[in-house]
Amino acid sequence: MLITRRAEFSASHVCAQPALSAERNRELYGAAANPSGHGHNYVLEVTLEGEPDPVTGMVFDLKTLKELIQQSVLDPMDHRFLNHEVPPFDQLVPTTENVAVEIWKRLEPHFDAGRARLNNVRLYETDDLYVDYGGEAR
Amino acid sequence: MRVTRRYRFAASHRLHSAAFSEDANRELYGKCSNPYGHGHDYVLDVTATGPVDSSSGQVVHVPTLDRLVSEQVLRDFDHRYFNADLAEFKTLVPTSENIIRVIEDRLNARWSEAFPGEWPRLEGIRLRETKRNVFELKS
Repeated sequence: MLITRRAEFSASHVCAQPALSAERNRELYGAAANPSGHGHNYVLEVTLEGEPDPVTGMVFDLKTLKELIQQSVLDPMDHRFLNHEVPPFDQLVPTTENVAVEIWKRLEPHFDAGRARLNNVRLYETDDLYVDYGGEAR
Repeated sequence: MRVTRRYRFAASHRLHSAAFSEDANRELYGKCSNPYGHGHDYVLDVTATGPVDSSSGQVVHVPTLDRLVSEQVLRDFDHRYFNADLAEFKTLVPTSENIIRVIEDRLNARWSEAFPGEWPRLEGIRLRETKRNVFELKS
C-alpha cells in the first residue's frame, strides 16, 4: 500500500553553472538563469510503501512523517535562497531534479528499518512541472 | 527520474462512426454524437525519463520539450475541430483513446530529432478530457 503526505515550501534559486558563459546558461536554463534568482512555491509529495500494522492499522504514523518532512526539508529550505543557504546547492545547480534527489537523500535514512519504505518523492516546481524520484540511478 | 510537463489545449470533437447507423451511434456515444460536435479544455501531461545530467542537473531540457509538443501537437490541436481539421481523424473517431495514441505517434515522429542522445525517453502521456475522464498511456 502507498501513502502520500503533501507539504509546501517557498524558496528562491538561480540555475546557472559558474563554468559556463551567461549566454550558454540562458540557453540551458532560460529565465531561471537570471543572476539575482527567483522563487517558487514548491509542493512536495512524499510517498511511503508498506503494509498496515495489524494493531494500529497504519503503514506509518503520518504525524511522524509530517515531523520528519518538517525537520529534514521545510526547516532548512522554506523561505531560503537555496544557492546561498542550503548546501549542497552552493556547489550543485538547484534544478527541480537536483532538489528532489537532495530531499530523497535527507528523508531516506529515516526509513531504513521499520514497516515503511520511502517509495517516491514528487516535487512540483509549478503546477505545470514536476519530477518524480524513487531513488533509482537514473 | 521522471519529469512531467503539463500543457493545455481547447478543441472540439464529435464521436460518430460511419460504420454504424445514426441510432447505433446515438446509443454508443450518447450526446457526444450530437451533429455539430462539442469541446473540451484538454490537459496534456507529457512525462520524460532519464538520468539527471551531472553538469546541467537536468533530465530533460524543458524548452526543447515545449517546442516539440507545441510544434507536433498544440499548434495543430489547439482551437480546432478534430473531425474537420486533422487528417488523422478523417477516418478515426476522435475518442480520447484515439487522440492520446495520435499524440504519442506525433511526439515519437520527431522525438529523436529533438533529443538525439540515448536519454531522455518518452515515458508516458496522460490526457485529461474533463476532470472526471483521464486517459493514460505508458510508452
